[in-house]
Amino acid sequence: MKIPVIYNLRSLRQRPVSTLTTAVGMGLVVLVFIAMMALSRGFRAALVDTGSTENVIVLRKGSDSELTSGIGRNTAQTIAAMPFVADGADGRPMVSPEVYVLISLERLTEGEALVVGRGINPEAFDVRKNLEIVEGRMINPGSPEILIGKSIVGRFENTGIGDKINFASRDWTVVGHFAAGGSSFESEIWGENEQFMPAFRGEVFQTVTFRMDDPSAFESIKESLESDPRLQVDALREYDFYAGQSVMLSQILNFAAVFIAGIMAIGAIFGAINTMYAAVGARAPEIAVLLTLGFRPLSVMSSFLLEATMIAVLGGLLGGLFSLPINGIVTSTTNWQSFSEVAFAFRVTPDLLLRGVIFAVVMGLIGGFFPARRAAKQPVVQAVRQV
Amino acid sequence: MKYLKLIRANLFRSKRRTILTVASVAAALFLFVTLRSVLTTLDDAKEVGSETRMVTRSSISIVFPLPEAYYQWLQTVPGVSSVTWSSWFGGVYRDPKDFFATLAVDAETYLPMYPEIDTPVEQREAFMAERTAAIVGSGLMERFGWSLNQTINLRSTIYSPGEEWPFTIRAVYEPTNPSFGDENFFFHYEYLYEKSQFAQPGWYIMLLSDPTAAASVAETIDEHYKNSRAATRTETERAFQTGFVTMYGNVGFLLNAIGMAVFFAILFVAANTMMMSARERVNEQAVLKTLGFSDGLLFALVMTEAAVITIVGGLLGVGSAKLLFGLTGFQGAGFLPGFEIKWSTSIVGLAIAVLLGVISGFVPAWQALRLPISQTLRRVA
Amino acid sequence: MALLEVRNLSKVYFRDSQQIPVFEDIDLSIESGEFLALMGPSGSGKTTLLNLIAGLDTPTTGEIVVGDENIAAMSRRQLAAWRSRHVGFIFQLYNLLPVLTAYQNVELPLLLTSLSKRERRDHVMTAMGVVGLTDRTDHFPRQLSGGQEQRVGIARAIVSDPTLILADEPTGDLDAKSAEEILTLLQRLNEEYQKTIVMVTHDQRAADRGHAVMHLDKGVLTR
Repeated sequence: MKIPVIYNLRSLRQRPVSTLTTAVGMGLVVLVFIAMMALSRGFRAALVDTGSTENVIVLRKGSDSELTSGIGRNTAQTIAAMPFVADGADGRPMVSPEVYVLISLERLTEGEALVVGRGINPEAFDVRKNLEIVEGRMINPGSPEILIGKSIVGRFENTGIGDKINFASRDWTVVGHFAAGGSSFESEIWGENEQFMPAFRGEVFQTVTFRMDDPSAFESIKESLESDPRLQVDALREYDFYAGQSVMLSQILNFAAVFIAGIMAIGAIFGAINTMYAAVGARAPEIAVLLTLGFRPLSVMSSFLLEATMIAVLGGLLGGLFSLPINGIVTSTTNWQSFSEVAFAFRVTPDLLLRGVIFAVVMGLIGGFFPARRAAKQPVVQAVRQV
Repeated sequence: MKYLKLIRANLFRSKRRTILTVASVAAALFLFVTLRSVLTTLDDAKEVGSETRMVTRSSISIVFPLPEAYYQWLQTVPGVSSVTWSSWFGGVYRDPKDFFATLAVDAETYLPMYPEIDTPVEQREAFMAERTAAIVGSGLMERFGWSLNQTINLRSTIYSPGEEWPFTIRAVYEPTNPSFGDENFFFHYEYLYEKSQFAQPGWYIMLLSDPTAAASVAETIDEHYKNSRAATRTETERAFQTGFVTMYGNVGFLLNAIGMAVFFAILFVAANTMMMSARERVNEQAVLKTLGFSDGLLFALVMTEAAVITIVGGLLGVGSAKLLFGLTGFQGAGFLPGFEIKWSTSIVGLAIAVLLGVISGFVPAWQALRLPISQTLRRVA
Repeated sequence: MALLEVRNLSKVYFRDSQQIPVFEDIDLSIESGEFLALMGPSGSGKTTLLNLIAGLDTPTTGEIVVGDENIAAMSRRQLAAWRSRHVGFIFQLYNLLPVLTAYQNVELPLLLTSLSKRERRDHVMTAMGVVGLTDRTDHFPRQLSGGQEQRVGIARAIVSDPTLILADEPTGDLDAKSAEEILTLLQRLNEEYQKTIVMVTHDQRAADRGHAVMHLDKGVLTR
C-alpha cells in the first residue's frame, strides 16, 4: 500500500517557509554548479568548435601549441603537393599555411590581453570551418589590412571598420569583421601571410592546415607526414588538436565546479536534514496514524524520502531557472595552454539543466535518508500516545 | 554571562540540529575564505614586481624576443644602474601538466638584481661555477622530490622539442617575498645559447638608480627603439606583473558572484534552523516573559544564539581552511604562488559569520520580542 | 493598607471589528498575607483577571495598584521589570523549561537581578528546601513526576521573594495525592512565610484552603 503522493504535497504546502528556504538553498547550489559547468563547457565548445574532423593541422615536431611551431616555406609547399590533400572547387589544393603570433593589446576594460594574430591566404576561408565575413570585406592582397573576429569587436580599441590598430610598429586598417560559428577564431585578428611575415618572425609559417581528400584515411596520412624525414612534423586532426588545447583549462574549471558545488552541497544537505527531521518530528502523530492504519514502515520511509526529493526537485528547477539568464553571456580569459585570449559564451544546455536537477535530487535523497528512516522506525505505541 | 547556561541549554536542545547548522556554516565559510584567498593571492601577485625594477619587452608581445645587442645600449640609459635579462625556457619535467616556470638568466647580473632569490653562499657559488647548474625554489624541490646536487632532465616546449636537457641542481632558494613564489627554476643563459641557435633574451630588466625616473627611462628606451626591427615597450616590473594577472580575465567578478551565492545559500539554512527552533519555543518564551524577562532581553538572547552558531561555524570553517592549505602547501599547481589564508581574510570571514548570525537570527528574535504573553500561554493551556 | 487594589477594572477583547467584553467595572482589594481563591465557571475571565493582576496584560480601563504603583499605566518594559520583582506565577502545566535542570529553572528569575552566583545559589537552595526538593536539583523536568514539577514551579515562584504569588489552577493537572501536597505547601507559604496568594481554581477543596473565596461570573465579582 503506497501512501498517496498528495499527502506529501499538502504537507509541503503546510510549511511553506521551511520548504521554500530549503529549496532555495539547494537551488543556489545547483545554480553555482550549472554556472561553473556552463563556463567550462562554453570555453570547451569555443575550442572544440574550432576544428574540423576533415582537416589535418601540421605543426613542427614536438610543438604543443601553434605558438612554438615553425614550418618553412619549402615544407609548406611539399605538404600542399601531397596527393591526400583535397582540391577545391577551383582545382587548387585546399591548404592553408598560417603565421601565428600573439599581440599584446589593451582591453577597453582593465588590463591587457594577448590576442592571436593569424596570417592567412584566401584559402583559409575554404579550409577552416564555418568562416564568413559578416561586415566589411575580405582583405586585399598586398595591403596592411586586417580582419577582426566577432568577439574582439567592441572589447578592444579601434575595432570598427575603417579604424587603424597599431602593432609591430605599423598601422593596420580594419576592413572586415568575421564570424566562425562561435569558435576561438572569433577571438583572433587575421591578416595576409605576406604582410605578417616581415612584420613578425620572418619567412616562416607556424602551421599548415589542409582538407583531407578522404577523411577516413587520416591514420595513413598522419603516418606519411610524420615519417617523412624531409618534413619533421606532427600531424593531428584539426578537431583533436583544438580540443586538446582546451583540456587544461576546462579540467580546472570542471574541478572547480565540482569542488565548490560539492562543499556548498554539504551545507544544503545539512539544511535538508534539519528540515526533514523537523517535519518528521512535527508529524509524529500522523505517522502513528498511518502505521496504525496498516501502512508498512517501508512505505512511510519512502513517502518521506519522496517528500525530501520533491523539495530537492523544486530547488533544482529553481536553480536551473536562475541559471538561464547566464546563458550566452560572453566572457574572456587567457587559455594558458596556448597563452592566448579566448572569448566564449556561457553555455547552459538542457542536459546541464537536467544534471542540475539530478544533483539536487541526490542532495535531497542524502538529506532525507536518516529522517525518513526515523519516521519508519517510529514505534507506533509511543506515537499514538502523543496524539 | 549569567545567561550563558540558558543559551547553551537552548542550543543543545537538539544537538543534531545545532551541529548540522554549525557544520553548514563551517562549510560555507571554508569555501568563502578559500575563494577570497584566490583573489588576494592574485592581487598580491601584482605587488611582486618592484617599483625600482623595469622590464623592457617587445612592443608586439612578450612572445617576441629582443636582440642581444640591446644590452650594451640599455646600460647607457640615464637613471639605470644595472641591466640584466632572462628568457622563457618553457621547461617540462615529465608531465607537461605539472607546470612550473623555467628561466634562462644571465646569473651574474640577474641574481644581484633579485635579492628575493635567497640561497646559502656555498650553493650560490657552486651554481655560478657550473654551466649546467640550476637554482631551484624550495617548493619545487618538495613537489618533485628532488635533492640538492641531483641531475634532472627537462624538455623545452620552445627549444629543440623532444630533446632532453640535463640540469644539475646546485642551489635551492627560499623567496624572501612569498608572492615571488618558491617554485621557479633558474639556469644559465649561456647553456641555452650554446645549445640553441634561437637563444635570445626574452626581456630585459633594469634596476633604477632613481625610482622616480621610471616614466622617463621608459620613454627614453621606447623612443630609441621605436623604429627598429624590434620595437620595445618598457614599464615598471609591477606594471608588467599586473599585466599577467589581468590576463586571467574577470576572475574577481566570478569569485565574488559565487561568494554571494554561498552566503545566501547558507543564510537560508541558518535562518531556517533558527526559525524552526524558535517555533518550538514560543511557550517557554512566554514563560520567561512572565518571570520578568523583558522583550528586549529575549530579543538579545535569540540573536546571541544565532550568533553563537554562526561564529562557531565560522571559526571552524576558517580554521580548517587555514590548516588545510597551510599543511598541504597548496599553490594552485603553480598558478597561485604564495597562496595562503591571510589574517585579514580570516577576519573578513568571521565578520561574515557574525553578519550571517545577525540576519538569520533577526526574524525569530523579533518574533520573540513581540510575543504576546497571555495569548501564547492560553494557546497551550 | 491594602497590598493590592483593583478599581473600575474592565477588559474587552477586540477581534476584527467585534468587541468581546470579559468583565466590566470590577473592584478588588487584597491585604498583605491574604490567601484568596478565585472561582467561577470556565470562560468567566478569572485567568484574565489573574493575568491583569500579574501585569501580563493591560486592562481596557481601570487601575491596578500594587503597593503604591499603578501597573495599569506601565509600559511593557516597565511591566517586565515590575513582574520580576513583585510577581511569582505558578502555572497549571508547570511550564518549566525542559532544557534546564530543576536548579536552573528555579534560578531563572534571579538572573534578572544583580545577585552574585553565590547569592543566587543560596536563594535557590533555600527555595528548593521550602518545597522539599533539595535532592533533585540536577534533574531535568522529564525526570520528575507531575507533583515534583509543580513544586519546582512553586520554588521558582518564591525564589526572588515576590510581593504576590499568583497561581492559575495549580492542581488542575495533578492526581489527588499530589494536589494535596501542593495545596499544603501553598498553605504553608501563606501561614508560615506570610506570602500573599491569589489562586484561580475550579476545585472547591482547593478553594477551601484559602482565607476567602471570590466568584467571578458573567463579569461580576462576588465574595
